[in-house]
Amino acid sequence: MRGFMRLFSVSYALAVYGFIFLPVVVLVVFSLQSTAFPIPPFTGPSSRWYEAVLNDPRLIAALLNSLAVATVSSITAVALGFLSAWGFARFALPGSAFLRALITLPLTVSYLIIGMGLLVIFNMAGLPKNLFAAGIGHVVINLPLCFAIIYSQMGDHQINIERAARDLGATEWKVLLLVTLPMMWPAIFASLFLSMTFSWDEFVISFLLTRFDTTLPVEIWNLLRSGLNPKTNAVGSLVFAVSVVFAIILELILLRRRPA
Amino acid sequence: MLVTPALLWTLLFFVAPFVAMALLSLNFQAEGGMTVSNYSQFFTNPSYYRAMINSLQVTGLVTVISVLLAYPFAWILAEQIPPRLQRLALLLAILPFWTSYVVRSYSWLLVLAQNGVVNDALLRTGLVTEPLQLANTRAATIIGFVHFFVMLLTLTIFASLKQLNPSYRKAAADLGAGPIRTFLYVILPLTLPGVVVGAFLTFVLAIGDYITPQILGGNNELLMPQLIMMQIGRRGDFPLASALALILMAVVTVAYIACARWLKIERT
Repeated sequence: MRGFMRLFSVSYALAVYGFIFLPVVVLVVFSLQSTAFPIPPFTGPSSRWYEAVLNDPRLIAALLNSLAVATVSSITAVALGFLSAWGFARFALPGSAFLRALITLPLTVSYLIIGMGLLVIFNMAGLPKNLFAAGIGHVVINLPLCFAIIYSQMGDHQINIERAARDLGATEWKVLLLVTLPMMWPAIFASLFLSMTFSWDEFVISFLLTRFDTTLPVEIWNLLRSGLNPKTNAVGSLVFAVSVVFAIILELILLRRRPA
Repeated sequence: MLVTPALLWTLLFFVAPFVAMALLSLNFQAEGGMTVSNYSQFFTNPSYYRAMINSLQVTGLVTVISVLLAYPFAWILAEQIPPRLQRLALLLAILPFWTSYVVRSYSWLLVLAQNGVVNDALLRTGLVTEPLQLANTRAATIIGFVHFFVMLLTLTIFASLKQLNPSYRKAAADLGAGPIRTFLYVILPLTLPGVVVGAFLTFVLAIGDYITPQILGGNNELLMPQLIMMQIGRRGDFPLASALALILMAVVTVAYIACARWLKIERT
């Protein structure tokens, strides 16, 4: 019975791992294809399609756009989220529960609907479609997340430290910048990281709200119109590799910070 | 004062768009005042309500299959793997999360294409003589979704298994329950709330997603997000698109209320 259970566990886990890794392996292997179609038989390895990606000015521009939108929108979302979390945690506000629910509400709405709503009011207001508009949308989806993470980490013990700082003569802004902000660093870091990930990978809002200059996921989407193409494999593999390296570095930082 | 910027942002870029969409969906700008014609179109035109039925069927199947696949997997990771390897095993299990969402769907297209890896393997082993039509089907959409949500659910179920107090298991064993009875009467009921939250998340994220059905399912049968995008893009019919979006949101809200109510009953 025990041996059977063990065998079943191992084969089940291997099967699920196989399912999870199958598309990634196929993606990476056929990015090294030397012929024009990313389908069997494998004809590589060749770096041809990686060179094609790195020499494609549209893709490089989209990559830089994505980085810029992710950075600026995430910093905005974290700043707004931090200020509101601090406000709700430290001061008794009328209708606090309702207002907190309002700020977290966009979490439950699909990106497609948020993007479409923004498109509707931007059309009404006569505002143009561009990266800035997409960035506004990314703040809408990330603000509730940043708020929820930071608000949940604002405990009572920090109030006393803030009080001590005030007793020692710090002004409200000094308390915020020199005491609260450093204490909240892990939550701020986590929400910044999550926001950047979501913004970096977000497709539908950028698709609806940008026109010529666009983000990487939209540019990859445009590549898909040409059907199966090893160049798409190469972009996808590069994005994957960069993200994994980024995740490993982050994991190492977090592991090191954790008390043993 | 501190909360004003965040509230303003939410009001301007989240609440106002909703009000605008609601007004548009009622043909606010058209002559002859408001009508519910966009909503009645949805309920009377089969090609519109069919999309909702498709969406509910696909999302329901995806949720059930993902939970059934992920639960044993999470259980094996949490119970059968030595603790020092668990973190690594879990990280490996969610590694493809790091590919971009669009690319992940495209990768499944590579796997399932007419002359892709799966058909190649099937033809080589002689299991089929003609390549199977795997891409551009409902099955492809479901596979793409399940792939993503198995990873998500493994994470949430793993977490709720880990939070279980180990003394429950000992108590059950002391009282004479075997491993199967312990699982069915102790572990499963205690982790069920975590599973329900994960399943709800799966339902909400899957029913609103445009990318996976568009890349893998194609245009043979439309799901709600595809129908909405079609009204925005090809037809430029914003009033109808708004009505469809609000109907989709209503369905999600019903699912949310059902889930919240169930969790409340469970807790008392």
